[in-house]
Amino acid sequence: MLVLAPVLLPLLTALLAAALYRHETARRWASLAGALLSLACALALAVEADRLGRISVALGGWPLPYAIEFAADRAGAFMVLVAALLGAAVVLHQVGRADAAPETPILHPLLHGLLAAAGGAFVTADLFNLYVWFELLLIAALGLLAHGGQPRQLDAAFKYLALNLLGTLLLLVAVAFIFGATGQLNFAALTEASRRPELAGVLPVYVALLALALLLKAGAFPLFAWLPASYHTLPAPVLALVGGLVTKVGVFALLRVGQVFAGSPPPFDEALGWIALATMLSGVLGAAHHWDLRRILAFHIVSQIGYLLLGVALATPAGAAGALFFTAHNILVKADLFLIAGLIWALAGHYDLRRIGGLYRARPGLAALFLIAAFSLVGVPPSSGFWGKFLLVRESFAQERYVWGGVALAVGALTLYSMTKIWLEAFWKPHPEPDRQAPAPGLKPAWWAVTLLTALVLALGLMPEPALRYVESAALGLERAKP
Amino acid sequence: MNPRALMLEKAARPLYWIMLAAALWVLLRGHNAPGGGFVGGLIALAATAAYAIVFGAAAARRRLPLGPLPLAALGVALALFSGLPALWWERPYLSHLWFSLPLGFTDLKLSTVLLFDAGVFGAVWGALAGYVLALLRSVEAAAAEGPP
Repeated sequence: MLVLAPVLLPLLTALLAAALYRHETARRWASLAGALLSLACALALAVEADRLGRISVALGGWPLPYAIEFAADRAGAFMVLVAALLGAAVVLHQVGRADAAPETPILHPLLHGLLAAAGGAFVTADLFNLYVWFELLLIAALGLLAHGGQPRQLDAAFKYLALNLLGTLLLLVAVAFIFGATGQLNFAALTEASRRPELAGVLPVYVALLALALLLKAGAFPLFAWLPASYHTLPAPVLALVGGLVTKVGVFALLRVGQVFAGSPPPFDEALGWIALATMLSGVLGAAHHWDLRRILAFHIVSQIGYLLLGVALATPAGAAGALFFTAHNILVKADLFLIAGLIWALAGHYDLRRIGGLYRARPGLAALFLIAAFSLVGVPPSSGFWGKFLLVRESFAQERYVWGGVALAVGALTLYSMTKIWLEAFWKPHPEPDRQAPAPGLKPAWWAVTLLTALVLALGLMPEPALRYVESAALGLERAKP
Repeated sequence: MNPRALMLEKAARPLYWIMLAAALWVLLRGHNAPGGGFVGGLIALAATAAYAIVFGAAAARRRLPLGPLPLAALGVALALFSGLPALWWERPYLSHLWFSLPLGFTDLKLSTVLLFDAGVFGAVWGALAGYVLALLRSVEAAAAEGPP
């Protein structure tokens, strides 16, 4: 049952929060309690998966490969743990209501619905089920985008829906083709089927179609247009969850697909590497252009997706380990920055950098927290970002992909530019309106969320060994057999 | 909705109940033939939507048992619960069980699958009705403001 916890616990929490739709305070605390319980179960799952290698449960008492199987290997359990950490931090921040956007009764159920869908995608061992979790992810994210009900939010939700429905349709078509060719949906059965010589011609094409759909979901170049167009209208904590998680589920599914179809891999690693570089560059250059904090950070999501794709494209255990470590680092740091942006909004009154300032003098503590998170994002040693980039760049150079590694390093320098911009505008320069009113009280949970996340990011940078060991053994489980 | 459409208004009330009955029939029929909770929920949603188009979103919402969000939540809860009895007999979660209740003239077949399907029915009806009614409400609000 522990394998089902990443799905069932958030789902039950969502139900409980929905049942408490008339009781605002009780709803928030129930939501927080559910998130913390999920975190405890995710820890237990990570330990158990490390001990046993792979835990699985086949639902409904049917024999495999017909039953719907859920399985957690080390990689899946690692992602579940990171998602649970993110969920707990986001719910804690939302309880503090630093971002004063109106909170409708549906917000907390949707947050947990999103976590349940992500958890399902991380532990499923069935291709059609993977599609279903992506569908649920889309529905929950759409609800979160639209729940404010303002025209610009509905506009963003529509863009998100239009582009993601295309991705979902592609995904469904690819799943149908693969099922038609192999007659299987279970991951283990698909791996076996992918070695059948008569499928060597068609299966790579279908898998490439599947990968294309997942790339759209992950927000890769040139399919990322939906991401900055829709994300920047959300309140900061919701943005931290949606922006932190949804695209990463796509990247993780790509890693998983590489493992499942080990017998007939489509020859797209070379192309994927160049897509990764383009994604990195377009994201970081887009960020340099903008002044809205949320837009800057949303474009950096695109840029960081490039690093993850680079890890997938390297197609070795070392590359996959780098991608997994970078995912964990990136989800935590990005969420940290979004939550800090929420605090900046609460303290300075705006997300637009040109209209705020003076935070270094007013809140030196926040300035310190921001510096740690920003340096981690850039990858200054010994931060978590440094280890993530180190793994990826080292593996690129080891494979004599000098351009790939070089661009990855250069993008780090460009990231520094955006972070410096935020620092100079929001913290260093004086506030353009000197006689502003003091912010509303009640930000304590938000401060806690930000402080704990920053501590986690620091710990990941200063003591990377446990996480590194975990992702390296996890990546061995994801290894692709060379044809 | 204006202008009034008399035929539609007279037809809407019986149609609502006929469509709900059809939804229920499709839900029960799904056990052995095409149908089931998802399709049944969609037909029930069509009944709600038709009623809302004629009499307004607020009236249709009053007809919806429990309201959209609680109905959907109850549906999901029912579906999740239907997997639990299996644990009592030490089967995997969501293993479904079948019972037969002899009534003399016929046997009534009951199962946890029916519970699951009823849950799906509620979830689909409640969640989608929430979206449809919210959408219609915004259309009505725009119509009340008059042409731009």
